[in-house]
Amino acid sequence: MLLLIIFVLTSIAYVVGRSRAATLRKNGEQLHSLPRYYGYLTAIYTAVPALLLLAIWSASEPTFLKQSTVKTLPAEVQSLPQGQLDLVLNDIKNIATGGITQTADDPLREASAKHYNDRKNTSQLLKSIVVLVASILGALYGLRKIGIHTRARVFVERAMMTVLIACSCIAIFTTVGIVLSVLFESLRFFNKVPFTEFAFGLHWSPQTSIRADQVGSSGSFGAVPIFAGTLLISAIAMLVAVPFGLMSAIYLAEYASSNVRAWAKPLLEILAGIPTVVYGFFAALTVAPLVRDIFEGVGFEDVASESALAAGLVMGIMIIPFVSSLSDDVITAVPQAMRDGSLGLGATKSETIKRVVIPAALPGIVGAILLAVSRAIGETMIVVMAAGLAANLTINPLEAVTTVTVQIVTLLTGDQAFDSPKTLVAFALGLMLFITTLILNVIALVVVRKYREQYE
Amino acid sequence: MNAQEKLNTTEVVRGSLKRRYAREKRFRLFGLAAITASLTFLAVLLITITVRGLPAFKQTFIQLEVTLDSKTLGVGENPDINELRKANYNGAIKKSLTALFPDVKKRKDKKALYKLVSKGGQYDLQKRVMADPSLIGETLKVWLPVGDDTNSYIQGNIDSSLPEKKRRFKDNQIQWVDQLTEDKQIQRRFNSTFFERGDSREPEMAGIKGSLFGSMLTLMVTLLLSFPVAVATAIYLEEFAPKNRWTDIIEVNINNLAAVPSIVFGLLGLAIFINFFSLPRSAPIVGGLVLSLMTLPTIIISARAALKSVPPSIRDAALGVGASKLQVVFHHVLPLAMPGILTGTIIGMAQALGETAPLLMIGMVAFIVDVPTSLTDPATVLPVQIYQWADLPEKGFVEKTSAAIMVLLAFLIVMNAVAVYLRRKFERKW
Amino acid sequence: MNEEVNPLPSLEQDQTSEQTIEEIVASLGDTVGQPRVEDPKMSVSNVDVFYGDKQAIFGVDLDIANNEVVSMIGPSGCGKSTLLRCLNRMNDTIPICRVSGELTLDGEDIYSKDTDPVLLRARVGMVFQKPNPFPKSIYENVAYGPRLHGLNRNKADLDDIVVNSLKKAGIYNEVKNRLDESGTSLSGGQQQRLCIARTIACSPEVILMDEPCSALDPIATAKIEELIDELRENYAIAIVTHSMQQAARVSQRTAYFHLGKLVEVGDTDTIFTNPRHELTENYITGRFG
Ligand SMILES: Nc1ncnc2c1ncn2[C@@H]1O[C@H](COP(=O)(O)OP(=O)(O)OP(=O)(O)O)[C@@H](O)[C@H]1O
Ligand SMILES: [Mg+2]
Repeated sequence: MLLLIIFVLTSIAYVVGRSRAATLRKNGEQLHSLPRYYGYLTAIYTAVPALLLLAIWSASEPTFLKQSTVKTLPAEVQSLPQGQLDLVLNDIKNIATGGITQTADDPLREASAKHYNDRKNTSQLLKSIVVLVASILGALYGLRKIGIHTRARVFVERAMMTVLIACSCIAIFTTVGIVLSVLFESLRFFNKVPFTEFAFGLHWSPQTSIRADQVGSSGSFGAVPIFAGTLLISAIAMLVAVPFGLMSAIYLAEYASSNVRAWAKPLLEILAGIPTVVYGFFAALTVAPLVRDIFEGVGFEDVASESALAAGLVMGIMIIPFVSSLSDDVITAVPQAMRDGSLGLGATKSETIKRVVIPAALPGIVGAILLAVSRAIGETMIVVMAAGLAANLTINPLEAVTTVTVQIVTLLTGDQAFDSPKTLVAFALGLMLFITTLILNVIALVVVRKYREQYE
Repeated sequence: MNAQEKLNTTEVVRGSLKRRYAREKRFRLFGLAAITASLTFLAVLLITITVRGLPAFKQTFIQLEVTLDSKTLGVGENPDINELRKANYNGAIKKSLTALFPDVKKRKDKKALYKLVSKGGQYDLQKRVMADPSLIGETLKVWLPVGDDTNSYIQGNIDSSLPEKKRRFKDNQIQWVDQLTEDKQIQRRFNSTFFERGDSREPEMAGIKGSLFGSMLTLMVTLLLSFPVAVATAIYLEEFAPKNRWTDIIEVNINNLAAVPSIVFGLLGLAIFINFFSLPRSAPIVGGLVLSLMTLPTIIISARAALKSVPPSIRDAALGVGASKLQVVFHHVLPLAMPGILTGTIIGMAQALGETAPLLMIGMVAFIVDVPTSLTDPATVLPVQIYQWADLPEKGFVEKTSAAIMVLLAFLIVMNAVAVYLRRKFERKW
Repeated sequence: MNEEVNPLPSLEQDQTSEQTIEEIVASLGDTVGQPRVEDPKMSVSNVDVFYGDKQAIFGVDLDIANNEVVSMIGPSGCGKSTLLRCLNRMNDTIPICRVSGELTLDGEDIYSKDTDPVLLRARVGMVFQKPNPFPKSIYENVAYGPRLHGLNRNKADLDDIVVNSLKKAGIYNEVKNRLDESGTSLSGGQQQRLCIARTIACSPEVILMDEPCSALDPIATAKIEELIDELRENYAIAIVTHSMQQAARVSQRTAYFHLGKLVEVGDTDTIFTNPRHELTENYITGRFG
């Protein structure tokens, strides 16, 4: 609603600004820019300060409301630990919005809720007034600026540039946001559980800390089995994806006629475009039972129904097109002169590929594989649906193992206990995941970039 | 080099030729095998899903003659809306079933009989009566959905030659259903429920409308946020940015973001948007925010490629007639690059549509029956719905899952087809 | 060379617009001079080459003898490279390329079914316009061919072959201490000589060179020319070049091509001092090209 009003005001400001400039111009004034730009200028003055105010107000509103509501609560509630206090506040908010609450009616909370509602209404009213006033003042200021001395086009273009630069910084902010969000919670976790236990402990059962109903009590947070499981599944996936992906790429780049290429490439892209949840469903429903039946058929015992092998296989299939399209690019970038040189010496095509093309393309291929590994490690849905929760420390692919991503999902979906190590450890795992993939990605990107420069 | 030696070379090479050609052939076959295998996986995957999912597009209905007398329904004269909502429609259905098979007397058998009709059948009745309260007192012939087991039996998924203990569908139920089929009181029809309802605990009443709407709302937010920001970033980096350390960092950063696991974006969403900014959990707005951060790099990278492919001559020409650099970009370069940018955007949106993991993190995984109508309503999205259904044991949900996957894939295929079409149509040789 | 003051209309520009290439080629008449030699190593008879529908070579006859250098000259796009690539069937790698006519090596048809392109290329080596060493060590570059074909019995054999080839290519002294370094780390001229060494290492009988000096500076060019002259003692050599001086310096016989047709062929001295065909004369005197 408020946004709509600002929008209307802005449009009006634009029209007025433009016509004003046009009149000036008709009266023979030497304006610097076209009237349109003066319109933009006025519009910018109208909208930007108002929107900024609105954003700041809206962002800080919840905190203010919370603090003022907490003050209305009795002292013993106020002194509750943060987590439980949050629950109480949530309840109050629910009462205030007329939602469903967990606790029975409670006059104290009702009162707080009323207070909350009052404050909220006042805040909204104030907010609207302040923002509108800012908007109108901005418009007036903008209108006054219309004249010979204002170089409207320069101003508008500067504003545009600022917007462009701000947008390009969003990517940076995203990274910073990721780092901050996982880092802070991880640090809190490492305050409760020492890093060494996390990194070297062999026993993983975060759930126990909940059962003991004691924040920070002795759940086991040894993440080694999880890392091992992640590596095992990723390794299986790469064992599938690298040979198949690479050979497909070689076939497409070196042997296939342009017709086959025109068909096979889009089909492979479809394989890459299928959402991972679909692969997960396929893995859980079709591949896992198949794997179990086959291996039990040949005499293995105790094949887990959620074996690492099944998840790894399907993940490998998912990554094939990724490896193949990256390697395809890399292989076609090897100059034809290399091939000619080898063929001219009497090498067969496969000898040329094996001894010249692949070695020449090796850095690029390594980069592609690193990216694929990073993908495998970070892949979530397939393992959530097809790999287990059991944190077994094993290298037997027929057993069930669990991965970093599976644990993050299980720990953070469903009811969360605030501040418990069980929740926080998910962020620590996320931090590990982020760091690992970051390293892999950056190495891969640098390697591939160097490789491209070499043949450019 | 003497003649003897040359002859020698020829002989040596000739001697090894057979072996070398065999190797050549083998290598080539490996390549062919690899690509065939990959495509076979694709085929198997699609076929399995289709075979499993197709039955879900049809649903079995049973025809009952239901008497809606106010006594069974437990409503008084001129009932108000609330009474109508709470009325005992199930009782009416049970009554009409007992009327069909008056011989069934035992409690256990009766229970089995009632299971023929879906628990959702009462909602159908409720809807009709609430739309037209004058129906009370009438006797209606209605088609109601059957229960999950009955549906399985009709589809031939229950082997009646198995001993009774080993199957969920018992002998007496089979007998009733067979009789009803003979009387033409059982029919299979297009399953409109699937598209018209939200989630449900009963497979025969579960639909994808809720998650479909959730997906649309989420994608809308994603598109509105990521498209302008990505285009602005691409324009800045490609057209204005000086080549220095700072832009280099931005560039590496964007490429890295494109490869960061999606679940990490979910963690970001949880920690920043939900815990820090206190946005509502499970809301499309948060989902959209997270997904737009995720798709940004994809769109930026393709937009930059599109901008790069606009030849410098066009820029020079426009600069030559006195346009400012910004005007050149917005009036001349951007329109020419637009098809390429749109293609990238559609591909990014397709990615976002299929994304699951980050949305689990921000709580879009709750059981939600209602169809979301605003950006802050709790909602789920299609892939998450698939994930939830995939976990459920009922046979009906396996079908539903596959069917939902088919719908999802259909959307993705359409989006990609549009992208390919755009690319082909506007492919330009400068 | 200034096209505008050219007294003779440029065939490529003016006449193709009215006549088809076929008609122009027909108007060129028969090859002037003697394409045949006694005891040829390779022999080309009535060869046509097509790229798809487009004909690039029209009925060419030419012999290459042992211990001599034949140079092929002519304006750009006249089919020199195409013909050269036919001689060791490198054209097989271009799917749309079709060759008809007879090409023989020691009297055997090289396009017949029994001839194997791999064996043929081992016997007829090729050096390319741009030096293209593999991104491997210098040693590995030279050892590549012998290894492929299994020409060595043991490691010592291979070392011998590599050293000998490098010596013959006149580069051994420059690289003997750095055989492990990458071939791409050499200078352009050294790279080209490395490529020649690589070719020699397979002990071929014929060496084909496609503008081997076009990417090199004059000093490197001089070295290669010297090398070609030495190599003549052991091999039959065909070289494509754009430099008339080079053709005059290194070759015994010269063939002049125009639009895919062999216009004139003969002793290098004769061609350069006393060309008989008008087009040859124009080209040699630098009036077009
Ligand atoms: N791969 C190819 N596909 C199609 N046409 C080709 C191909 N290679 C060469 N041609 C055509 O064949 C003709 C002869 O080309 P060729 O490369 O043999 O000329 P050239 O005499 O070596 O020229 P240059 O002196 O520039 O190297 C040209 O008209 C060229 O367009
Ligand atoms: Mg050439």
